[in-house]
Amino acid sequence: MEHVAQHSDPHYDQEASKLGMWLFIFTELLLFGGLFIVYAIYRFLNPEAFQMAGHELNITIGAINTIILLVSSMTIAMSTSALQKKNIGLTVLLLEITIILALIFLINKYFEWGVKFDHGIWPGSEHLLNDMAHGEVLFFGLYFVMTGLHALHIVIGMIIIIVALNKVQKGTVHADRPSLLENAGLYWHLVDLIWIFLFPLFYLIH
Amino acid sequence: MENEKHHIVPYKVYIYILVALVAMTFLSIGITKINLGEYSVLGAMIFANLKSVLVLTWFMHLKFDQPFLRIMVGFVVLVFFAVIFITFLDYYYR
Repeated sequence: MEHVAQHSDPHYDQEASKLGMWLFIFTELLLFGGLFIVYAIYRFLNPEAFQMAGHELNITIGAINTIILLVSSMTIAMSTSALQKKNIGLTVLLLEITIILALIFLINKYFEWGVKFDHGIWPGSEHLLNDMAHGEVLFFGLYFVMTGLHALHIVIGMIIIIVALNKVQKGTVHADRPSLLENAGLYWHLVDLIWIFLFPLFYLIH
Repeated sequence: MENEKHHIVPYKVYIYILVALVAMTFLSIGITKINLGEYSVLGAMIFANLKSVLVLTWFMHLKFDQPFLRIMVGFVVLVFFAVIFITFLDYYYR
């Protein structure tokens, strides 16, 4: 009975809410797109310095984080299928796994940045400004800004997924009204998409 | 239309996509380990683009969405590449 009531809600339009989410994603893509263009130009102007600075980054940690994000993207995509199949238990479990993977990504990032700080590399640090070439300063500036902005998106994504998870448990997000979960998924895939480009551009310069 | 809207993607499809994505990640690491000079960037970017197509099509569900969403995404990608192209025309011929 309640499903019939949900269907007749005049304020609910699944296609429109998906379209709205996509429009937001376009703004995010162009935000990061702008940063990628800045990166491309500075790399074009300082190829050797970017190569030198790239050696400072740890491919293994980058690769592990890539795989963590790819798996988490799969689990949240699966959670939408589980919700459509009305399997609430599995939906909740998959979302919990996604959140834990996001947390592991951030912990790895913490250690990764920590190593840079130990080496005296952070935006505006003396080691960076006094001992390194102009191109290397640019590389690390972009590295901290772009991976930092990406990490901020991970945090926001986690909050959105937690909200979606709560609403799935409460029953306000369900098979006939899945938009919040779908849009949380879209946001999370966006975060994954950006990392797909960050990883080769920063970690795989060798 | 009604069928597309309620399309449920089987779990195993997502597993296949994940396997492909992870494989391409390792391939892109492998290709940069071989010394191809300028081309290693190109190789890594080709894999990144292939991966993003997979994510957009399957994970982000564009394959099952209405065509206008695909057209809009394509347009945004085109605008982005156009801006890169024009910016590089400027820097390259300075």
